Amino acid sequence: MKKKYFSLIFFSSLVLACNINNSGSSSALDYSAAEEVYIAPGKYDSFYAFISGGFSGQLAVYGLPSGRLFKVIPVFSVDAEKGYGFNEETKPLLNTSFGSIPWGDSHHPDISQTNGELDGRWLFINENNTPRIAKVDLSLFETTEIIEIPNTAGNHSSSYVTENTEYVIAGTRFSIPVPQEDIPINEYKGNFKGTLSFLKVNPEDGRMNLSFQIMMPGYNYDKAHPGRGPSHGWFFYTTYNTEEAYSLQEVNSSQNDKDFIAAVNWKKAEEYISKGKFKTMSTNYAHNVYDEATQTAKTEWIKEVRVLDPSECPGLVYFLPTPKSPHGCDIDPSGEYIVGSGKLSADVTVHSFTKMMQAIKEKNFSGEAYGIPVINFDAVHAGSVKQAGLGPLHTEFDNVGNAYTSFFISSELVKWKLGTWEVLDRKPTYYSVGHLMIPGGNSKKPFGKYALALNKITKDRYLPTGPEVTQSAQLYDITGEKMKLLLDFPTVGEPHYAAGIPADMIKKKSKKLYKLEDNIHKYATLSSLDTKVIREGKKVHIYMTTIRSHFTPDNIEGIKVGDKVYFHITNLEQDYDVPHGFAMIGANTSEVLIMPGQTETIVWEPKQVGIWPFYCTDFCSALHQEMQGYVRVSAKNSDIKLSWSLDND
Amino acid sequence: MQKRIKNIPFARTIMILAAILPLSVFIFPLWNVTLEAPQYPTPLGINIYINDFADMNPHDIKNINLLNHYIGMKYIPEAIPEFKIFPIGIIITTIIGVLIGIKSNHEWFLVWFVLMVVLSIAGMTDFYLWEYDYGHDLDSKAILKFTNPDGTPMGFQPPMIGSKDILNFKAHSYPRLGAYLLSVGIILSLYAYFVSKKISKIKSQSIL
Repeated sequence: MKKKYFSLIFFSSLVLACNINNSGSSSALDYSAAEEVYIAPGKYDSFYAFISGGFSGQLAVYGLPSGRLFKVIPVFSVDAEKGYGFNEETKPLLNTSFGSIPWGDSHHPDISQTNGELDGRWLFINENNTPRIAKVDLSLFETTEIIEIPNTAGNHSSSYVTENTEYVIAGTRFSIPVPQEDIPINEYKGNFKGTLSFLKVNPEDGRMNLSFQIMMPGYNYDKAHPGRGPSHGWFFYTTYNTEEAYSLQEVNSSQNDKDFIAAVNWKKAEEYISKGKFKTMSTNYAHNVYDEATQTAKTEWIKEVRVLDPSECPGLVYFLPTPKSPHGCDIDPSGEYIVGSGKLSADVTVHSFTKMMQAIKEKNFSGEAYGIPVINFDAVHAGSVKQAGLGPLHTEFDNVGNAYTSFFISSELVKWKLGTWEVLDRKPTYYSVGHLMIPGGNSKKPFGKYALALNKITKDRYLPTGPEVTQSAQLYDITGEKMKLLLDFPTVGEPHYAAGIPADMIKKKSKKLYKLEDNIHKYATLSSLDTKVIREGKKVHIYMTTIRSHFTPDNIEGIKVGDKVYFHITNLEQDYDVPHGFAMIGANTSEVLIMPGQTETIVWEPKQVGIWPFYCTDFCSALHQEMQGYVRVSAKNSDIKLSWSLDND
Repeated sequence: MQKRIKNIPFARTIMILAAILPLSVFIFPLWNVTLEAPQYPTPLGINIYINDFADMNPHDIKNINLLNHYIGMKYIPEAIPEFKIFPIGIIITTIIGVLIGIKSNHEWFLVWFVLMVVLSIAGMTDFYLWEYDYGHDLDSKAILKFTNPDGTPMGFQPPMIGSKDILNFKAHSYPRLGAYLLSVGIILSLYAYFVSKKISKIKSQSIL
């Protein structure tokens, strides 16, 4: 029992008072560009930017405005650094109907939405080559699900979410025979199809489920965006190759003066599905889900898919003629304007949702294609941004009625006004901008502070690094009348597209560690007292734990040449940012990096007799160099019994 | 006259309140030891309750133990005998104090006050001794061994009250709400003593 005098109360409150920090932030005045992007040591960026790695298959996390790289989240490509695709827990994530695939081409990250605004729960990203969609959990910053898309090739018009994340979508860029068959390529016309897929998202855990596909004509479905507000319930897709060419497509797919934007009424699709108007096709695709509690991914093989034929479902799909192989298909925050960027023209074409609905009502059609009504161009056209630049690709929006379009050929960002279609400003990019990104720029509520140009070519912009040079992003301040270039920064892989969100919306939700008491991994060892080594024929399971700065056990004997040894390692740490690594000499796999409270499994097949060391690969503590152990490997026919110990215990 | 007589129940009420206040140590921590270091932007800390050592933030004690094993300090025990003895002591002294408040005269208020001061000093001494042992009884196989300038092994005892640099940490040790309320109770008993003493005096004078 303690007794203290009141003076102590005053004393300790003085101490408390001294500990209070005044961390006032200065307002963003019109300083030099350097000051606008400078984040002082220990301070935070105001936005997260999730930038697709394109052909790296990954997703990189940057801060804006500084352009600092925080993490590369492995998604579609293996990552030896993190053990992704190498440890037993994540291997199933890369399963497909073609077998395990170590690489992918990641394209369009999109953050989940509620009421048309970013909600920061999950990020979806599509893979183009082997059609897939992945889900990244924005509390873990890890890939927690990958679903394969059947009946599809080149999943490019993907992976955008509807206003309340009811659906995330996939689409076909390379039409193919559906189902696949062995026919001459020149029988393309009429025989090749392009499916558009709708994946239902479980509002609780974000789990995806391929609900249905729409079997569209054999065009190339390039880009897409959902309607919002009044146009909620619709999805819009640009198409090219309405010529249905199959060779020298750079010429043969560029002949029609107009291709289409396909307007899909997915609420109507739901009605047709519930009325049973679908056909069930047999198929086979992988649905891989990582469970946070077991910390392990599993593959489920799905054998059927429901398919709707638009020619048999009136009112499901309409075509909006749009000039010159439109690429970007972007919907303004109000949901009224559908912006189609004719990538081979100088104009940006804008359609009106109100006019579209009127035209449908009046059946103001110019004809039909494969049973799908084509609306008269004039009946749906709202206006065009004339001669705005060369090669318009993508458009994003700010919160005060302006649009920003990237121009690939003329290498510039162009700011224009919605409704009047007048060009307000243009700024060069260095060089050849593809997508651009404004945080929330494709939602009801854009955060119109920065625009990020995602460039395909850098040439002389950075110190040279041989024939292969970096790709790059450029940050513009868009708060003023004129855009202002603030910063260049190099990116991982190809910065294909990005999704941005205010840091405050997710930084507090970022998980610090895995709670040991919640770890139900099949091979978890929750106390060093429970460590053990178990032989099942040729398989040996080592239940190992790590804590600063030793492995338990660290001496293991009785392993034999020809065994398949599973190290199931649980990191017993419960402190933020204290991972341990594990590497075994001669293991034909990567290291593993085990976060606090996590269990990971690495396989080793010893081939030579002897004493073989393992060690911790992540600099964990002052005694990191001592964090090591030995495995004794005996001959195949040896009768040395399994034994294990720490400090001879 | 009437008014003064009413003051006797007032003094008794104060005394009973004084006796009950120490029970707050069952709700609020008595003491807190916090360890700050640059690589711990969220400091590590222990809240010391009458019957428990508790994490200030989840896993703090586990992490303090982990750090302390480098310098050979023992693990902070899950339970110590004091966790059984002290609560009984609090309950008994509260019962005694309440009974004194209801029945006894002012001299007994003072007795209770002295009893509590003595017990508090004993408790603090016990705490100090435990702290001393915790900071000085080091494992001979400790990974890191530090010595004072005079060659004696360096101790890592946290301060009793105040702040102190221990290797890369700054340790802060201060009473918490439980200790403050306990102190208020003890002081109130002294106040009750003086009030009731004064009233008794006036009373005996008025009888004369």
